[in-house]
Amino acid sequence: MYSKDGENYFIVDAHIALWDARPENQLNIHGKQFIDCFYDYHRNLSPAEELWPYEDYLYQGSERLMKDLFQDGYVDHAIFQPAYLGEFYRNGFGQTQEAYSLAAANPERLTYNHCFDPRNGEAGLDQLRADHERMGFKGVKLYTAEWHGDSRGYKLNDPWTYRYFEECRKLGIKNVHVHKGPTIRPLDRDAFDVSDVDHAATDFTDLNFVVEHVGLPRLEDFCWIATQEPNVHGGLAVAMPFMHTRPRYFAQIIGELIYWIGEDRIQFSSDYALWTPRWLIEAFVDFQIPEDMTEYAPLTIEQKKKILGLNAAKMYDIPVPEELRIPDAPETATGPRQPERADLGAA
Amino acid sequence: MTQVQTRPAPQAGLPGRDDIRRALGAVQDPELDEPITDLGFVRSIDVAPAARGAAVSVHLRLPTSFCSPNFAYLMASDSKDAIAVLPGVDTVTVELDDHHDSDLINAGLAADAGYRGTFGHEAEESLEELRWTFRRKAHTAAMERCLTELLRADRGLAESDVGQVRLADLPAGRTKDAFLRRREALGLPLDSAAAVLVDHLGNSYPADAVPMALRRARSTRISIDGNAHFCRGLLRTRYEGSGADQTARPEGAEPGESHTLLPITVKENA
Repeated sequence: MYSKDGENYFIVDAHIALWDARPENQLNIHGKQFIDCFYDYHRNLSPAEELWPYEDYLYQGSERLMKDLFQDGYVDHAIFQPAYLGEFYRNGFGQTQEAYSLAAANPERLTYNHCFDPRNGEAGLDQLRADHERMGFKGVKLYTAEWHGDSRGYKLNDPWTYRYFEECRKLGIKNVHVHKGPTIRPLDRDAFDVSDVDHAATDFTDLNFVVEHVGLPRLEDFCWIATQEPNVHGGLAVAMPFMHTRPRYFAQIIGELIYWIGEDRIQFSSDYALWTPRWLIEAFVDFQIPEDMTEYAPLTIEQKKKILGLNAAKMYDIPVPEELRIPDAPETATGPRQPERADLGAA
Repeated sequence: MTQVQTRPAPQAGLPGRDDIRRALGAVQDPELDEPITDLGFVRSIDVAPAARGAAVSVHLRLPTSFCSPNFAYLMASDSKDAIAVLPGVDTVTVELDDHHDSDLINAGLAADAGYRGTFGHEAEESLEELRWTFRRKAHTAAMERCLTELLRADRGLAESDVGQVRLADLPAGRTKDAFLRRREALGLPLDSAAAVLVDHLGNSYPADAVPMALRRARSTRISIDGNAHFCRGLLRTRYEGSGADQTARPEGAEPGESHTLLPITVKENA
């Protein structure tokens, strides 16, 4: 819980990781390139006083995670969203067992989401069933640019991905977090394209699709599909820290999201350990749209409360104290539209 | 900073480094809609005498190891093409540094293997449609910048009225010039009576669709500007001193832009 100026904010950090990118776990040069890319994001977007040494960044461990999130970070509940990256790291990037054990020991504080790769075919489906029986998760994180043998990516509307979504339905896995990454085949097309989310969300209306990084760097494509599909949500991982270095850009991101998809489908996350939640929460509660950006209304306290926790709490049935709950807003002006009208305004 | 090689002055008739740099100024990052020279992506240019002219060697660098390989390949192969046609050039070597696909792309460029020859099963036809996707986005963003500038300057103008705005109504300047270039690239009319708000085929919008078309264009512009500045910042973070090779981008710039590099060991410098 975070309190400021007499207001109380229930905080759900909807995207966190417990990763191991230490050299002994790196399988090849790509393991180093991957964590170095993350670290450059961290260096580029963090305030100087929040900067971690490179060594700390490689691995945090359970104790530090608990301290950064719950002791220092105001977080009431956090959700693991693991990336496997088995082609880059010997024992994977996200540490399944350590994260799951931590969540099992702290169920009121932590939710463990799992991951799958549809390119594992039938064997992967068996594994998903077995993993679900053991860990009982409600959500999965999919990284569509994951490398897998000869393949460097897949789409959500691939036939095998649909098989996995059908299995999710049967198992009661409701929430699908999607991270679009930069390499996908065929290379003829834009790798960040989110149109496959559109298809999957239309065909699986009973699943929630949370597009991480709100589709950045393709915010416009994300907004357009999310506005047509009521089961598509936006996760603010990586978008949040722009508040510090590029506040006008952040204002436009949040202004566009509220315009297109409304305040009830946007979820805060620190993307821990890319960044720590404390400074992001403090900055967001203080944040306001610059006055000269007359195309956007000022952010309200209620909107901030929903984004910082209430929206994700609702999706994950996380109990919120009665006095902190807020009803949904009316539909946005853009409203849900039918997919056949999706060409309108296409430019 | 672009490396300055200490070599003898080029022979008369041979291109110099400035000529090479100028030629590279025609190579665009298709996604960010800017020349690679302005973005600081040219790491070094080396010109040496060769049997039948100059042997030119260029190194490119990108903001992260995981920048999209299709865009990386386009910029590298366009660079090679741009230099190869210069008079007095004998051989051209273009290499992309520190990218997850550096080996693949550099081998493909050295062999002039083309897109499909370079990427094999990951390539289907060509990257032309990808180029067009981003030319259309560049046009959309440039159009929105013109109209939003107009809306901010004239509070009497309603969003629903921007469908009536003609090219002649736009004030002269950088924003309009950039917009006209993007229109030209798509083959759209440039006469003063032409409507500003059009799709990539030149069709204007029915009155009730105008606000939505403008709002969609706005989200495209925000994406491109935001991404361009983030990529520039990441390059400066990754390669110490590379900011000196970048030309400022006013579109989407922020007052606090000077915050670029936190003092920490730089890993990727050769």
